[in-house]
Amino acid sequence: MTDSGLDVRIAQTAPVPLRVELKCGPGELLALVGPSGSGKSTVLRAIAGLVNVREGTIVCNGRTWFDAGGHVCWTPQRRRVGFVFQHYGLFPHLTALENVAEALSDRSVDERRTYATELLRRVHLDGLESRLPHRLSGGQQQRVAVARALAREPNVLLLDEPFSAVDRATRERLYLELAEMRKELEMPVILVTHDLDEALLLADRMCVLSHGETLQSGAPYDVITRPDTPQVAQLVGLKNIFRAGVIAHDTDKGITYIEWRGRRLEARLQAAYAPGSQVVWAIPPAFIVLHRRDRPSRGERENPVQGVVGNFVRLGENALLSVHVDDASRPPLFLSLPMHVARRNGIEKGVAVGISLLAEGIHLMPGSGAGPLGRRRAAA
Amino acid sequence: MDWEALTLSLRLAGWTVLILLPVGIWIGRLLAWRHFPGKMVVEAMLALPLVLPPTVLGYYLLVAMGGASPLGQWYQQLTGQPLAFSFAGLLVASVLFNLPFAIQPMQRGFEAIAPEVRDAAACCGLSAWRTLWRIELPLAWPGLLSAFVLTFAHTLGEFGVVLMVGGSIPGETKTIAIAIYDRMQALDMAAAGSMSLALLLVSLAAISASYVTTGRRGRRRDD
Repeated sequence: MTDSGLDVRIAQTAPVPLRVELKCGPGELLALVGPSGSGKSTVLRAIAGLVNVREGTIVCNGRTWFDAGGHVCWTPQRRRVGFVFQHYGLFPHLTALENVAEALSDRSVDERRTYATELLRRVHLDGLESRLPHRLSGGQQQRVAVARALAREPNVLLLDEPFSAVDRATRERLYLELAEMRKELEMPVILVTHDLDEALLLADRMCVLSHGETLQSGAPYDVITRPDTPQVAQLVGLKNIFRAGVIAHDTDKGITYIEWRGRRLEARLQAAYAPGSQVVWAIPPAFIVLHRRDRPSRGERENPVQGVVGNFVRLGENALLSVHVDDASRPPLFLSLPMHVARRNGIEKGVAVGISLLAEGIHLMPGSGAGPLGRRRAAA
Repeated sequence: MDWEALTLSLRLAGWTVLILLPVGIWIGRLLAWRHFPGKMVVEAMLALPLVLPPTVLGYYLLVAMGGASPLGQWYQQLTGQPLAFSFAGLLVASVLFNLPFAIQPMQRGFEAIAPEVRDAAACCGLSAWRTLWRIELPLAWPGLLSAFVLTFAHTLGEFGVVLMVGGSIPGETKTIAIAIYDRMQALDMAAAGSMSLALLLVSLAAISASYVTTGRRGRRRDD
């Protein structure tokens, strides 16, 4: 158990099933990621003391906020958390300034006003102090909520999908502001989101939650590219998940050889899986390279695979395509390309293409005991 | 014009509102936010006076307050006065009869407060009292005002329960509604008419005040 930062170990079976273990150090931003209904918000509310769970402990900076066994349960007021709610929870009858000042009720009236004004200035809301929340834009409301959450100099800052209620342009601006503000924050920050890009952009660490259970924690890029189980792979949005057999390891070259649909693939060395064992492998789209028609590149020597374009969907400046390898009845590989690359290579439905699966991106996972989701999703 | 009856009615309405305001806030909050076994039964019981004929309620209250009942005996021992046919008895009846008129608007008022707002108050470090005073009451104000007006106006106009429990003792239980009935029985149309007009004006003033206040609040929010 750490003396500084937040240490959460909570469990219950009802009303919302939970089995959560997470840590967040001082100044660290932990993204709690999972699909809707996975219990992310409940975890945040349990940390704040807004809901009580049945078992476990919550310790912050060496102080026990909650201990089911020892019958310790601090009130939200005593825990001193900053909480930015999904819809901000601003007091609708109070002005922006009064909203922030309300969180400073332990100071004198003059101090409250001065400090609240300063906080609003820090979130670029000077001049809007006397506005009621409904006369502020979504982004401005979010800033008031952040200023109010920081007003008490909280032990922990909790952000519950704070960017979900604003338009995309505002969201991108708020990302930058949060990233900038973070440099000054010394407390643990937990951000609940279902947006993986948000987690990648803002978080130091990421924790994947499903059905109330924490499945994997780590650096966001590691979790996304190297999930522990097929279930996590699916939760972090990996589409290319297949079964294979381990052939051998070459420790000198740093390669593990696997057999997939009768062909041998080279993967990054993952010696934990014994030769002969069945595994599930996944590859993020960024590690699949399209062979250029005009000139071959070095990458083409790495796990070259021939296939036929199945679906081709344009998503803004990018194209998402599926490539059928072997025959169309088996699950395809998915990759994403910039539109100009797709255009230059004449990519369209039914066209034969060559692709390379970069060995570095081929990640192996246990082939059994991966949970029902993993067993269902992993294709041959 | 029976000024004594009008004063008594205003006194009864004032006390009823004064008692029901804290009771309504407490029960209204409880029903708005808490889930507990038997909640629907409690809500149904509280709404019963809305559908029960006033004479039926009056009958049961009279039985409950009579000298033979434990409540009546206890009150008699305590004060030396009987509870039935007294102002105190009338007040008890009025409070019970007005429970739905006070609690239901307040419950709706508290239900309208977003849960996130209450959670935010706790996370801002506000104590339960400060949350009630600074956040909940200002936001539930339209419900509180409706409860106030409905209870006040309804008490002024109540006839059946008052007649059953209070009778018509001048200065003690004879409210203006009873006085109007008495004057009508005596074919004193002028007095009945002036008192009816007085009651109409008081009720109109109360309901107008309620509409003006909530309307002004609404406009301010829409600014």
